[in-house]
Amino acid sequence: MVTLSISDLRVALGKRAVLHGIDAELKGGQLIGIIGPNGAGKSTLARAILHLVEPTGGSIALDGTDVTTMSRDAIARRIAYLPQGQTLHWPLTVERLVGLGRLPHLAPFSRLTPADTQAIERAMECADVTMLAHRNALELSGGERARVLLARALAVEADVLIADEPLAALDPGHQLQVMELLAAQAHAGALVIAVLHDLTMAARYCDRLLLIDQGQLAADGDADSVLTGALLERVYGVRAWTGSVNGHRLIVPMDLTV
Amino acid sequence: MHMNRALLLSTLALLALVAGLISLAIGPAGLPLSRMIAAATGSGDRIATTILFELRLPRMLLALIVGAMLGGAGAALQGYLRNPLAEPSVIGASTSASLGAVIALYFGFAQLHAAILPLFAILGALASLVALFAFSGRSESPLTLILAGIAISTLATSGVSLALNMSPNPFAAMEITNWLLGALEDRSFQHVWIALPCVIVGLALLLWNCRALDALTLGEDGARALGVSLKRTRLRLLVGVAIGVGGAVAVSGSIGFIGLIVPHLVRPLTDRSPSAVLLPAALGGAALLAMADILVRIIPTTNELKLGVVTAFLGVPVFLFHLARERRLW
Repeated sequence: MVTLSISDLRVALGKRAVLHGIDAELKGGQLIGIIGPNGAGKSTLARAILHLVEPTGGSIALDGTDVTTMSRDAIARRIAYLPQGQTLHWPLTVERLVGLGRLPHLAPFSRLTPADTQAIERAMECADVTMLAHRNALELSGGERARVLLARALAVEADVLIADEPLAALDPGHQLQVMELLAAQAHAGALVIAVLHDLTMAARYCDRLLLIDQGQLAADGDADSVLTGALLERVYGVRAWTGSVNGHRLIVPMDLTV
Repeated sequence: MHMNRALLLSTLALLALVAGLISLAIGPAGLPLSRMIAAATGSGDRIATTILFELRLPRMLLALIVGAMLGGAGAALQGYLRNPLAEPSVIGASTSASLGAVIALYFGFAQLHAAILPLFAILGALASLVALFAFSGRSESPLTLILAGIAISTLATSGVSLALNMSPNPFAAMEITNWLLGALEDRSFQHVWIALPCVIVGLALLLWNCRALDALTLGEDGARALGVSLKRTRLRLLVGVAIGVGGAVAVSGSIGFIGLIVPHLVRPLTDRSPSAVLLPAALGGAALLAMADILVRIIPTTNELKLGVVTAFLGVPVFLFHLARERRLW
């Protein structure tokens, strides 16, 4: 199974240091939630794993190979990425859009093979967008488009899937559906890393949570050890009500501490 | 509206071919069709043969290759910049090529040899490329590139205006203005040999970017995460546009609107991904410019109409009609 070793990772954007030494050893088969307040460095951590930003120190190794020494193509085949914000510039059909996920696997100047077409169909089925296949992706609702873009990332069929805020713009039903899907990917052996804001969802579905605060790892572990009242108060500045229903932990932010 | 790709490509190629053949039969000499056909089959008289092979054939070939380059460049730039307004002048390539040509005309270098003006135009396009890299720096944002390109384009246009302003006599100004309007009359195979290699290299570099352009639909991070090197994509694209459009403008003068309009006209017939638009836009551009060059010759006017004028008159109404139908998509 795939392993991702992050050690003493430091990243600066321009002159501003964003990550100050993150250490984590992540293994396939798990759904990892990255949580933390806005601007804490969650997305930067995700982008650093894909070598989309240059680390200023430390290292990220995928199965022992430093990602900064890997080619863009090699990274693209191993790590699928669902960026934040549903960027989509041309009115492609859903099928064509999901097919972009196969680009890292195509030989230069060649077309999709039957194996690629099958991967596209699997991904569309997984994300429950098969019936949208011939629709224009720009004319879909926000929730439909989010699932289509997730299908695009699934079509890569990589060992690692990084999803940056996959629940944004989704209604509660589709939020559950996407979390189930990410968990299923993890339990099938992939390493799934999701940047999340919904702490209840994070607690319920993630095998492990990394809490990032001001560019540092404030806590790392299961929901019980990370989502404590004291830590939430310190990191998010909120007092939260925590309870449990049917064995699922609920975290409801109640008021600001400041 | 989405057409089968092979059908679309062959229809457009056929359109370009038919327009090209019709344009061989038309010219100011007004020779009857039978004499042209005889000349084409090798049994014609000397005059008809000379007119066909030394005047009309190069003119037809130039219309096709210039049109193909402008259409292809427009499609590639719209895809790369993710901007439906993009065309070769937004990165300054065509205007700088014009400035290069105007410099050759203004200082009289153009009289020394027929190849001097086109070479200056190509140099102008390459100079704009260097300036573009210098100004946009390492930024990968399409907006930086557009802003730097528009600044360079404006500077080149001002240079052209300066040359008109300072021209020593009305005839010099007239010569420059005439060239700027864009035309393919009185061209020879020498011009074909200048433009053709530039356009082949230019289009090849643009087609090489197909996959990267598709990936850019997902934005810069999305494309890089799919294995695209943005730096190499940008280099291929800008060098391709500068060389290809430089070579095209060098032989035709400035011909606007093809680069902007043709990608929009063919896009609805494709699956709308940037890579699918490229080749149809090149073929469509070739067909449209060849048709415009036919119109130039059959519309009776005292002065022959300039190609750049006709492409705008032909293209803009079609474009506006098309825009009215497609506006819900933007």
